[in-house]
Amino acid sequence: MIRPGHAASLWRYRHFIMAAITGELRSRFASSRFGTLWFILHPLAMAAIYALVLSRVLGARLGQNENEMAYSIYLLAGMAGFNLFQETASRCLTVFIDNANALKKIAFPRIALPMVVLGSSFLNQLFLLVAIVAILAMFGHYPTVHWVALPVAMLVAAMLALGLGVFLGLINVFVRDVGQVMVVVFQLWFWLTPIVYPIEILPEGMRPVVEWNPVTPITRFYQDVILDQTWPDFASLLYPAALAIVLVTLSLFVFRRASAELVDVL
Amino acid sequence: MTEVLNVSGVGKGYPVFRNELARFARWFGLPTRPETQFWAVRDVSFSMRKGEVLALIGQNGAGKSTLLKLITGTVRPTEGSVAIDGRVSAILELGLGFNPEFTGRENVMHSGGMMGHSGGDLRRLMPEIEAFAEIGDHFDKPLRTYSSGMQARLAFSLATAIRPELLIVDEVLSVGDAYFQHKSFSRIRKFKEEGVSILIVTHSMGDVREICDRVILLDKGVVVRDGPPDEVVDYYNALIAERENANLTVEQKRAANGWVVSRSGTFEVWIDSLELVDAETGSAVSSARTGQLVELRALARLGTDIPTLVFGFMLRDRMGHVVYGTNTWHTGQALEDLHAGDEVMFKARFRCDLGPGSYSVSPALVSSSTHLENNYEWTDNLLVFDVVNFDRPHFIGSSSLDADFTIEREDGAASATLEEGNATE
Repeated sequence: MIRPGHAASLWRYRHFIMAAITGELRSRFASSRFGTLWFILHPLAMAAIYALVLSRVLGARLGQNENEMAYSIYLLAGMAGFNLFQETASRCLTVFIDNANALKKIAFPRIALPMVVLGSSFLNQLFLLVAIVAILAMFGHYPTVHWVALPVAMLVAAMLALGLGVFLGLINVFVRDVGQVMVVVFQLWFWLTPIVYPIEILPEGMRPVVEWNPVTPITRFYQDVILDQTWPDFASLLYPAALAIVLVTLSLFVFRRASAELVDVL
Repeated sequence: MTEVLNVSGVGKGYPVFRNELARFARWFGLPTRPETQFWAVRDVSFSMRKGEVLALIGQNGAGKSTLLKLITGTVRPTEGSVAIDGRVSAILELGLGFNPEFTGRENVMHSGGMMGHSGGDLRRLMPEIEAFAEIGDHFDKPLRTYSSGMQARLAFSLATAIRPELLIVDEVLSVGDAYFQHKSFSRIRKFKEEGVSILIVTHSMGDVREICDRVILLDKGVVVRDGPPDEVVDYYNALIAERENANLTVEQKRAANGWVVSRSGTFEVWIDSLELVDAETGSAVSSARTGQLVELRALARLGTDIPTLVFGFMLRDRMGHVVYGTNTWHTGQALEDLHAGDEVMFKARFRCDLGPGSYSVSPALVSSSTHLENNYEWTDNLLVFDVVNFDRPHFIGSSSLDADFTIEREDGAASATLEEGNATE
C-alpha cells in the first residue's frame, strides 16, 4: 500500500528523519536536568508504584511464580511493551498539530513526520530495555537468549500504534476533541491489558474483552521473554500484526485523501 | 527565455462543511458537498522567466500569501496546477517553522533538513549562515529567546544559503532592521544578477519600483493587473483611493513618451490645464535648466459646490521615485466654500534644482492632506519635462545640492611625490 512516491520521498528525506530523531534526543537532554532519563524514569516509577501499592499494600500475589521479585518483573515487562505502543500512538496523534508551524511554512513530505515519531519511540524503548536489564541484573535476573525474540513484538506494537495513531492523528487535525478523548482511552486501554494483573485473575465475563485487545498478546510476549525466560508464542502476534496491516493501510489511504486539506485547517 | 515557474488556472477553495463528518465521508468517496466554498485565490495564471523579479501586491486578504503557499507547495491547489523547474526556496511569513526549544544552530539543521538539504551540506554551510545572520551568541541559544527580527535574520540567512532557481519571499524583509533589510536586498540583487527568479510579496511600493521587473496586482483572489511596475503601482494607488471614494473612476493609459498616465477621481473639480512655464518670461518650458526658476500653473474648474479644496503636486524621476511633493494643505492655503462654475488658478513657483533627466508632474485636487478622503482628481504623470544641466559643474543624482568645495592644501614631501606620480600620467 505504500506508494512508490512515499517510499522515494522518505528515502530522499532520510537525512532529515535521522537528524530530527537525534535532534529531538539532544534537545531533550539539554532542556531538563535529567533529560531523556524521564522517558525511562516515568515507566519505571509507575512500575515501582504499582509494585508497592498492589503487592505490598493490597497483598496481591502472582499465582505460582516462586521468585518474590516476580511481580515487579512482570510489571516492568508489561510496561515496556505497552509503553512502546502508547508512546508511538499518542505522539502520532498530535504529530501534525505539533508540527503545524513547519507544515505551513516548508514544503516537505509529510509522511516523514510519523517516521520521526517511530524512530524516536524505538530509541526510547531501547533505553528503557537497557534500564530494565540493569535493574533485573541487580536482582540477579539476567537476560537470556530468548530476548532476541523481542524485536518481533516491538515491530508489531509499533506498527499497530503507527496505524492507529496516524489515522486518529489525521482526524484530530479536523476534530481536536479526538486528542482529548484518546488520553482517557489510553488510560482505560492500559487497564484492559494484563500489565498490572495476570489475565488469570479476571472473572470469566471480562476475559473476552481483554483477549480481543490486540495489545494483550504483545505484553504477554514481553512477559514470556523477560519474566518467564521461555520462547514466546509467535503465532499469538498474528492477530495484532494483521490488525496493524489493516490500520496502516487505512491510515495511508486517509493520509492521501486528507493531505490536501491538512494545512488548510492547521 | 526559459520558464522557471508556470502557474496555470490555479485556485484554492476552502470548503465549509456542515460538520466534519461530511468532510471525512468525502475522503472515502461519498458524494457529500461542502456547504460553501470560500475561494482565497481563483483562476490565477502567469509564468516567470529565468532571472525575472516579480512582485505580488494587493490589499490584505487579496490572496497574495495563499498564492505564495500554493507555489511553494505547503498548500495544495483545489484546481489548476503549478509547475516549477528547479529548486525553490521560500520564506513564508515569519521564520521557517522553527522549533522554539531548539537553538539557532539546531533549527538550521532541522528546518534545513525539511527543506531537503543533507546534513553534510548544512554543516558545510553553517559558518556562512551564522555569519550572515549576525545574531552573535544567540546562534547557540534556544529560539524562544529570539526577537522577531532575529528570527527573520536566521530564516533569511538559511533560506538563501543555497542559491535556488526560484526564491519566494513573503514580506519578511519588513521585519528586520534597516541594516539587515539593506543586507537582504543586496543578496536578493546578487541573486537577480546570477539569474535567480524572485517572487516577492510586499507592501512597500518603493521596493517594488526599485527591484522588480514586473508586478502582479491581486484583488479578491484574482489577478487584476499584470505589467511593468510603474503602471501597476499607479493603478494600485488609484484603486486604493477608489475604495475610499465609492463613486470614483480609474482610467489608465501609457502616453507616447513612455510615462503611464493614471487618472482617478470623482471629478467634481478637475484640472483643466497644467503647464510648466519660465517664472520670468511666462513662456512654456519643456526642457528646464538646472537652477532655472519655473512656475507650475494648474487651472481647476468646479462642476459642483464643494466645501474645501486642496491642490497638490508631486515630481517623480524616471524610476518612479518621488523627488518632491507638497500641497496647499501643508502650506496652510486650503480654499473654502467654492461654487459650481468657479475657476481656480494655482501657481507653484520653484527653483528647478534637479539633476539632468526626465521628470513627471502628478497633480491632485483633494479636500484634505491626503487623497484618501475626497479624491476629486489625481492624475499620475500628467506633465513630463526634461532637465538639462546647462551652467552648473557636472554632477550626478536627481538633486542639485550645488556642493561648494573648500580645498586646503599643504605642500610637503608626501604630496610632492604624489604630484609627480600624477604628472607622469
